Amino acid sequence: MTVPLVRIEDLRVVFKGAPNVHAVNGVSLDLAPGEVLGILGESGSGKSVTLKTLLRLLPERRSEITGRIEVDGRDIMTLGKTELAAYRGGVASMIFQDPALAFDPVYTIGAQISETVMQHASVSRAEADRRALDLLERVRIPSPERRLKAYPHELSGGMRQRAMIALALAGNPKLLLADEPTTALDATVQIQILLLIRQLQRDLGMGVIFVTHDIGVAVEICDRIAIMYAGQIVETGTVRELIRDARHPYTRGLLAANLHGAIKGERLDAIPGAPPALHTAPTCCPFAPRCSEAMDACLQTRVTDVQLGKGRRVRCLKAVPEHAVP
Amino acid sequence: MDTRATDQAPAAAILAKGDDRGGAATPLLAVSGLTKHFPIARGTVVRAVDGIDFEVRKGETLGIVGESGCGKSTTARLVMHLIAQDAGELLFDGELVDGQALPLKAYRRQAQMVFQDSYASLNPRMTIEASVAFGPQVHGLSRDDAIARARALLGKVGLEPARFAGRYPHELSGGQRQRVNIARALALNPRLVILDEAVSALDKSVEAQVLNLLLDLRQEFDLTYVFISHDLNVVRFMSDRVMVMYLGEIVEIGPVEALYARPKHPYTRALLAAMPSMDPDRRTEEAPLAGDPPNPINPPAGCRFHPRCPFAEALCATKPPALRDSEGAGHKAACHMAQPGSGHSRAPVAPETVA
Repeated sequence: MTVPLVRIEDLRVVFKGAPNVHAVNGVSLDLAPGEVLGILGESGSGKSVTLKTLLRLLPERRSEITGRIEVDGRDIMTLGKTELAAYRGGVASMIFQDPALAFDPVYTIGAQISETVMQHASVSRAEADRRALDLLERVRIPSPERRLKAYPHELSGGMRQRAMIALALAGNPKLLLADEPTTALDATVQIQILLLIRQLQRDLGMGVIFVTHDIGVAVEICDRIAIMYAGQIVETGTVRELIRDARHPYTRGLLAANLHGAIKGERLDAIPGAPPALHTAPTCCPFAPRCSEAMDACLQTRVTDVQLGKGRRVRCLKAVPEHAVP
Repeated sequence: MDTRATDQAPAAAILAKGDDRGGAATPLLAVSGLTKHFPIARGTVVRAVDGIDFEVRKGETLGIVGESGCGKSTTARLVMHLIAQDAGELLFDGELVDGQALPLKAYRRQAQMVFQDSYASLNPRMTIEASVAFGPQVHGLSRDDAIARARALLGKVGLEPARFAGRYPHELSGGQRQRVNIARALALNPRLVILDEAVSALDKSVEAQVLNLLLDLRQEFDLTYVFISHDLNVVRFMSDRVMVMYLGEIVEIGPVEALYARPKHPYTRALLAAMPSMDPDRRTEEAPLAGDPPNPINPPAGCRFHPRCPFAEALCATKPPALRDSEGAGHKAACHMAQPGSGHSRAPVAPETVA
């Protein structure tokens, strides 16, 4: 088996405050080089927090992080300041929902991309500018020479999103972290950006972790999907397995809420209630209070993963492990 | 307690549903020539809504879809008279809105709106019970009657009054706040409710709950909805007819299944093709449109979609297509290709469906 690009083991994140928030509660996952993993969940499920931990972007004083994260064979929890600066952008890079906030409004797009190129490679200014132009061509921005000299506010939303992707690629990362990069875009632009990310991932062989709340988007871009609920991964599998054979009641509820197979005008099979507040770490199945199939045991015991097959896990007491799989 | 009998009569009158004046065949809302241009610097205007005509039939749900800047929210605000139109008129059940027979105050009892931002829609310093009771009081209901009405409605939208009535908006979740906004919209027993991206900010599992609530309420209170959303799946699920807008104009309107199955306008086709596929074996391979939607300050001449349209011909750049129903099935499109004899090479010779 190949060495995974990302290996997360039992990650837990608690935000300290009054009250504390247990945002991530024991997440373990692997990402193979060149693989696209989607993390799918609703607000407060811990999907963005998990992603930000991978770049060590959480406020250090206010968050208590335990567990182990290895990216490209290195333990990133112990990186020092300079190592961290080289790691961010050089090994792993992130794109966000709002590109307007990812750029500095007072510098041109070109200046910001060139600066990042020089940060990660010892090249001359002229060479960095050339690479910036290459990157804008790569993300298919029309008339790239002109756009290099443009300020962020002079670009349209879709163009700015492309420019941010170029910025993220400036350090030749092996891992691209995408935090809902298409959520704020119009439908016809969203599909363009998804196709671009898919193309770049193939061309550059990057591993991608793509966080989204939209199942349709995840299906378009991911090889595998992990479903998060209350800071835990409740189900993992390939896109096909999850769409065609969802095992966790929450996954099935999410598919129904996305009108997957809904009959027009008939009431939806909606999940009742709301996710837990997570002021304490869950001690039983966090979904049990909303689950139509819950048993007494669901509220009393800690639920562990049931292995259904290679790379296919479900955290549900009702799941039955597959027999023949080692 | 003695006054109860005398209070009861006016309360019932105030909350009575407006009469069906025009009969079943009269549309509940008929919009014609509706136009709104927002002036910006140096004489330029944003042509947010540019002369649109449409009808909302009694008891139906009309979905409105389109991308940002297409004018769908401006249309909602114009219909509610929250902003004044530059031109055009609204007929509500055959009567001119803001005219002699139907002054604005009377109209607003019959037409209500729910907005996207559930928090900004509520006064943070009023309990939710007071917010829901506010409208009926303005229309003359006594405080006690209005509160009783508010509590009954909170119960209807799934917020048990004993637990929730005294809470403030910040003490509720987004889904619960949107339920309050729906209760408030129903407080005066309206006939028309406009839902402007009312479920878009909610998480999917909560969105499904609120959609169920809207289905139940439509049945129970005999409501007509205008359902505005950018989510084509949700619009398909909720609507009887769908209207597609592009740069301030209607490009297509028709029965929901016909429009989704056989879109006539290339923009509608592109919009539908841009929906993420839910089938991992049939992923989208090519983006249906390049670039961003243009802004409505200087819309292109002729057909506004022609610069992005793969089928555009010289005709499209000069002559704006009329919104026309070529088959008589109530499915209209503003495209030269859908109109026999328009002069476009793909236009049908005889009146028949464009493939």
